[in-house]
Amino acid sequence: MEQRTRLLEAALFSAPRPLALDELSVLDPEASDDEWKKALAELKDHYEADGHGVELVEIASGWQILTRPIFAEAIERAAFTSRPLKLSGAALEVLAVIAYRQPVGRAEVEEIRGVSSGGVLRLLQERGLIEVTGRSEGLGRPLLYATTPLFLEHLGLADLSDLPRTEELAVALRVSQPPPPGEESPPEGAAAP
Amino acid sequence: MTASERASDFSLADDLGFVVQLERFSGPLDLLLHLIRKEEIDIWDIPIARIADQFLQAIAQLQLNEAAEYLEMAARLLRIKAQLLLPRRGDEEAWEDPRHELVRRLLEYQQIREVVDWMERAARRRAERFGRGWLPPAPEAPPPPLVVSIEELVAAVERVLAMLPDPVLYRILPRPLDIEGATRRILDLLAERETLGWRDLLGPRPTVGDVLSNLVALLELARRGLLTLRQGAAFTPLVIERGTAYETA
Repeated sequence: MEQRTRLLEAALFSAPRPLALDELSVLDPEASDDEWKKALAELKDHYEADGHGVELVEIASGWQILTRPIFAEAIERAAFTSRPLKLSGAALEVLAVIAYRQPVGRAEVEEIRGVSSGGVLRLLQERGLIEVTGRSEGLGRPLLYATTPLFLEHLGLADLSDLPRTEELAVALRVSQPPPPGEESPPEGAAAP
Repeated sequence: MTASERASDFSLADDLGFVVQLERFSGPLDLLLHLIRKEEIDIWDIPIARIADQFLQAIAQLQLNEAAEYLEMAARLLRIKAQLLLPRRGDEEAWEDPRHELVRRLLEYQQIREVVDWMERAARRRAERFGRGWLPPAPEAPPPPLVVSIEELVAAVERVLAMLPDPVLYRILPRPLDIEGATRRILDLLAERETLGWRDLLGPRPTVGDVLSNLVALLELARRGLLTLRQGAAFTPLVIERGTAYETA
């Protein structure tokens, strides 16, 4: 491995969270982004080729060294580390709405879910999965929420574009008859024959 | 069956014999989707009267404090049912099926449910891979809303007060000046001697009151011309003499 790749490995090993490209550049201002990408590719190949127990994963707009899933059960059984928090159905519903509509206010979240969501929003904010990004220009200037990098980390996503596109979702309702033309059209992906 | 179980369990249709726990649903839209799936009906042609009846039956035993959102949906369903029963006017073109707004919301919600399923799977896959070292512990939940009785509040205030050092209190005593007495004494002294010094007015241990009384009396007598106050230079002793009005007084 190149010296820079070894430095990269040491940095990723030392960090308890994914490191982004601009954070890596602090390590060695001489190196360009392309050189870091080359080092990342080399390290990834190295873990793949030599059969390591860990792998290099692109997650939350950065890179992190993670254990391979096949060892999950053994590591968990040994209780070397704590499992990340598990989110309730209500919390995931709110996260789903925010992930697709961000920045979005509480009223829209509640309109889509059909239930009040203030408590869940507060909880998600405390957990650092969502954050307030501003205020709407609407009446009362309500707070607007967006997802955080921790949200991506929790789901193991590199960025928001990893979320399924809405037209890829199979709306699992029996939809036999689209509405007559001229009427309000259903959401995308819903008007299957 | 206990009362609390009865509150959350209900029988959708006794002849079908299935019981649904309302707690399983995240809201009225979830319950509605469940009913539609159960009945295997076409989302674009919901038999609204039947679904509304089932919905009402489902929420009949809800406790009031959790019912608001379900009741709102029930009202919406009944309004749609009524709109469908009303005879339509001639122009069919302008008529919009009152169910469509509901269908739009149902589909939107269904989409969110699918995303939730996807996210759950993603989170499960992520949880199978461990990063190095510790995961930062989740921040502590906020304390529950403060509930205190007035007695506890008073006791707390008393504890705080007990920590304060003893307050320093000053008692202010009225010490009226004896200006009349001082005036009389000054005039008595001037009757005996033509000039006086400031020290002659005061006794061996003058109090603040004595000093002030004599000062005010001197100034007043000087104003009335009964005596004059003279000082040779700054900070030299004060010389008190009979004034121009003294003889006539």
